[in-house]
Amino acid sequence: MRAWSDLSPRKRSRIIRWCVYAITLAGIVALALLIDWPSIRRVFFDPDIARQQFPEVITQAAKNTLIFTAFGFVIAFGVGLLLAVMRLSDIAVYRGAALVWIEIFRGLPALVTISLIGFGLPIALGQQFPGTYTTGSIAVGVVGSAYIAETVRAGIEAVPRGQMEAARSLGMSYGRAMVTVVIPQALRIVIPPLTNEFVLLLKDTSLLSVLGVTASNKELLKFARDDAVATFNSTPYVVAGLVYLAITVPLTFLARRLESGGANRSSSAGPGRLRVLFRSLDPRGGSSDA
Amino acid sequence: MPSPVVEIAGLHKRFGDLAVLKGVDLAIEAGEVVCVIGPSGSGKSTLLRCVNALEDATEGVVRVSGVDLTDPDCHIDRVRAKIGMVFQLFNLFPNMTALRNVTIAQEKVLRRGKAEAREKALAMLERVGLSDKAHSYPDTLSGGQQQRVAIARALAMDPELMLFDEATSALDPELVGDVLNVMRELAEGGMTMMVVTHEMGFARHVADRVAFIDEGVIMEQGPPEQVIGAPKMDRTQRFLQMVLEH
Repeated sequence: MRAWSDLSPRKRSRIIRWCVYAITLAGIVALALLIDWPSIRRVFFDPDIARQQFPEVITQAAKNTLIFTAFGFVIAFGVGLLLAVMRLSDIAVYRGAALVWIEIFRGLPALVTISLIGFGLPIALGQQFPGTYTTGSIAVGVVGSAYIAETVRAGIEAVPRGQMEAARSLGMSYGRAMVTVVIPQALRIVIPPLTNEFVLLLKDTSLLSVLGVTASNKELLKFARDDAVATFNSTPYVVAGLVYLAITVPLTFLARRLESGGANRSSSAGPGRLRVLFRSLDPRGGSSDA
Repeated sequence: MPSPVVEIAGLHKRFGDLAVLKGVDLAIEAGEVVCVIGPSGSGKSTLLRCVNALEDATEGVVRVSGVDLTDPDCHIDRVRAKIGMVFQLFNLFPNMTALRNVTIAQEKVLRRGKAEAREKALAMLERVGLSDKAHSYPDTLSGGQQQRVAIARALAMDPELMLFDEATSALDPELVGDVLNVMRELAEGGMTMMVVTHEMGFARHVADRVAFIDEGVIMEQGPPEQVIGAPKMDRTQRFLQMVLEH
């Protein structure tokens, strides 16, 4: 038999690959033999309990998760955009204030922020706090705003300086130029990362389960936990997990597609796919000339 | 006698420790075309950018149509709306069609109605020979076409003064002519123009006056036949030899 070093790199890598496969397979088989399948099936995959989750897991829990996500994202995006512009301001006080906000809410674990706002805000502002979704949406919105601010700031900085100069030279004020010329281009650049921020924020809404909420606005995890406690069974967690995946996986696929579209645009000739896509998304059919 | 459109007096500009302009005086009368020539790094672009306050003067006075841009209380946006600026890299808005590029400032700055802005924009695009490209996006246009859209965008604001910052330097050689022709027609139409350029042919034939700038000061200025044809200063001669030889 020839020495290992005499083998060609391709042969060597093939042998290594088969070894990896064999070890992995052996591990899986060993695990499969060790696992107490009947218990797993009873505790995590009880078909009756799974069936009992429906339709409420969709009509209430998933709906509430999406409502918290939607309100939360609107808040996060609005505040994040404002913070991004403040970070780039000439005025040191604006810059400093934005930086403090961003560092605090990126530095705190999301669960801490959500607990502080979720428990603190209703007390601070009194009992008659409006709307059942408000506190939770603000909490996840604040967390998201810090991350979105940095994303949007990077997008604004990626817009060539000449764009601002051209807009200013036409007589637009700084704010007008930002809103009309720079920010629209920045947002196009950051749409793929923003899609990812949206997914992160959606997942963060699960942390709202620590807040005491009324039965009608339980989000997915709270819904699952309550049922899991009531039935002394973990099947509701599995159902909730599958519902999360059903929402998040398509979104991350979308983000990936948008990213590759963006790469195409910057790499070569012709109208970019990304822009074509956005023109097709434009409710006015892209004819912004009229 | 009416006051000049541009009056620059004792202009200094420093970037940190780097002194780029070291005392520039220049006046441009209405209808005059002044070409600013000089080696790269001489400060000619900085000088031009000071005329619409894209750079703030460190010292000295810059007046446009009688308004002192160095006065902290001056309404700079109002002054800029009357100054057209054309950049080396065009700086068209890439997310807007050619037409939208030309209408947007009319609507947002001059508060013209959509129909009026559109009509004006189409007229300006026709003037630069690009009527058929109104609905094209910048990345589908050649450099020369983009630059002509940029000129149309500036002209649509009915400027009293046009600034050109090396408007043809980024263009393929065969596209330079189209842009220079548009600029020549503008000059012949009586537009007041300040043109930073390396195109000596344009300076010689179109300019009323040529200013040679080096190391942050205007070394020599006068009619083109004098400054380009028979320069007095050694430095001007050396520069012209360099650019005219190849």
